[in-house]
Amino acid sequence: MKPKIDVRDLHYATDDGREILSGLSFCLYPGEILCVMGVSGGGKSTLLRCMAGLIKPSAGEIWIDDVEITRLDEDALVPVRAQMGVVFQYAALFDSMNVFDNIAFGIVRGPKREEHRTLGRIALIRMVRERLQQVGLPGTERKMPAQLSGGMRRRVGLARALATDPDIILYDEPTSGLDPVTGASIDDLIVQTRNRRKVTSIVVSHDMESIFRIADTVLMIYEGKAAIYGTPDEVRASTNPVVRQFVSGQTDGPIQFRR
Amino acid sequence: MATKKETIIRNQSASPEETESPLDEAAAEVAQAFEEAGEISARLTIGTVIGILAYLGEVAVLIGQTVRSMRRGIHMGDLVRQMAIIGVDSIPIALLTTGFSGAVFSLYSASTLSSYGAASFVGGIVGLAIVRETAPILTGVVLAARSGSAMTAEIGSMKVTEQIDALRSMAVSPISYLVAPRLLACLIMLPVVCILADVVGIVGGGIVAATEAVPSSVFVRSLRQLLDPNGRDVFQGLLKTVFFGAIIAAVGCREGLQSEGGASGVGQSTTRSVVISIVLIFVANFFLSFLMLSR
Repeated sequence: MKPKIDVRDLHYATDDGREILSGLSFCLYPGEILCVMGVSGGGKSTLLRCMAGLIKPSAGEIWIDDVEITRLDEDALVPVRAQMGVVFQYAALFDSMNVFDNIAFGIVRGPKREEHRTLGRIALIRMVRERLQQVGLPGTERKMPAQLSGGMRRRVGLARALATDPDIILYDEPTSGLDPVTGASIDDLIVQTRNRRKVTSIVVSHDMESIFRIADTVLMIYEGKAAIYGTPDEVRASTNPVVRQFVSGQTDGPIQFRR
Repeated sequence: MATKKETIIRNQSASPEETESPLDEAAAEVAQAFEEAGEISARLTIGTVIGILAYLGEVAVLIGQTVRSMRRGIHMGDLVRQMAIIGVDSIPIALLTTGFSGAVFSLYSASTLSSYGAASFVGGIVGLAIVRETAPILTGVVLAARSGSAMTAEIGSMKVTEQIDALRSMAVSPISYLVAPRLLACLIMLPVVCILADVVGIVGGGIVAATEAVPSSVFVRSLRQLLDPNGRDVFQGLLKTVFFGAIIAAVGCREGLQSEGGASGVGQSTTRSVVISIVLIFVANFFLSFLMLSR
């Protein structure tokens, strides 16, 4: 089987020369859930932003199916992004639009708008209702993002990412800042989404419980490199002091507090 | 400047008893200070000029990208909404400012010109001033302050809350979704607001002239005499506002898209957007007037 996503020797340095990612390689097969963990400011979100084409890595390759995306411009990225959904850390809902318009946005304004135009308004309303049901928020179409709680926003953000039936979903800390129960419900949604449509998912998180619950594979970034890349069981059994310290959440060990 | 002043002060405090040849030393110090000041100001000037050119280039690139994106079509709903927000909602304030400006013009010129027995020129003078300069400039400034700032604040807060990234990740270009309707709305609506401002400014002038013993028939006759019968004056004024519209939209959107650093960052961009667009409007106004007069 061919990998859906193949990342090869990815480097990213900021404008002032600080190296955030220094040689990451991993690959994902269709339907796989990869959890990316690491200390705050360690390059997890940077990795995700590179994968979504929002920033350009300084070196390395990102293959999605048969396309290398790191050298594509915004226009050439359109077909890649059409099959990709991103769930942002604080949902990044369009705050001037209600929930319905947020979810419908990708359908009516995205690259597949021509196909959807023929379906008509009724079909659109039905699609949005279906997505809201999937994320457990039926009947909230008319609410504004400001009226929603943090957990509800994440769900709407997920519904928005799901709206265009993507093959790949990137989640940026989907459960951070949520209570354990709400966090677990988001985890369930991630797994359900994968099971329903074989969506390939990358979840950036530092919530260990959540990672062990949903991950097929785990990648830990430490100092820009992979400290470990393996299954959750391999992570639990790891003797690497960096991994052990991170998983057990202790303050003494090789990971030092920076900044 | 500061270095020069410092040298003078030091110069005064250096008494003959303390140093061996105070005059020579002071002269060397002054020379050095001038040299340093010159070097710094040269560097600053070059830096500023490069900065300004780079900024103008960036704004021009944004306009180019936006026009290119318009070729793929523009969402009519967005365009109409922006035309309403940018143009229609700005009409009251634009009309108030030009109306009162016309009135003030008339107040001064009527009393001055009547004392020379030239009261019959009031209408033409007020009309020319309004149509050529006051209405276009005030329309530009009012819309930069009112609509340009709103553009920056809205797009800027979308930027800092990752909504722009969300747009891009959904393969919707922020240029075609956010900038294009605003630019086109500005290009269309500024002349529209300006022509209304022309009318109200002249009417305001006429009313005040009437109270200053210049009858409205005289006012209108002189207006007809002095203003170009083919509407050249009016047209040139409106043409200026098209350029002002491009400045307001491009600077407003550029500052918004470049916003960084949370709420305070958006505040700073908004201030910068208004300041830069107003300055550019005045500079552009000078060059446009210059070109139009030399023809």
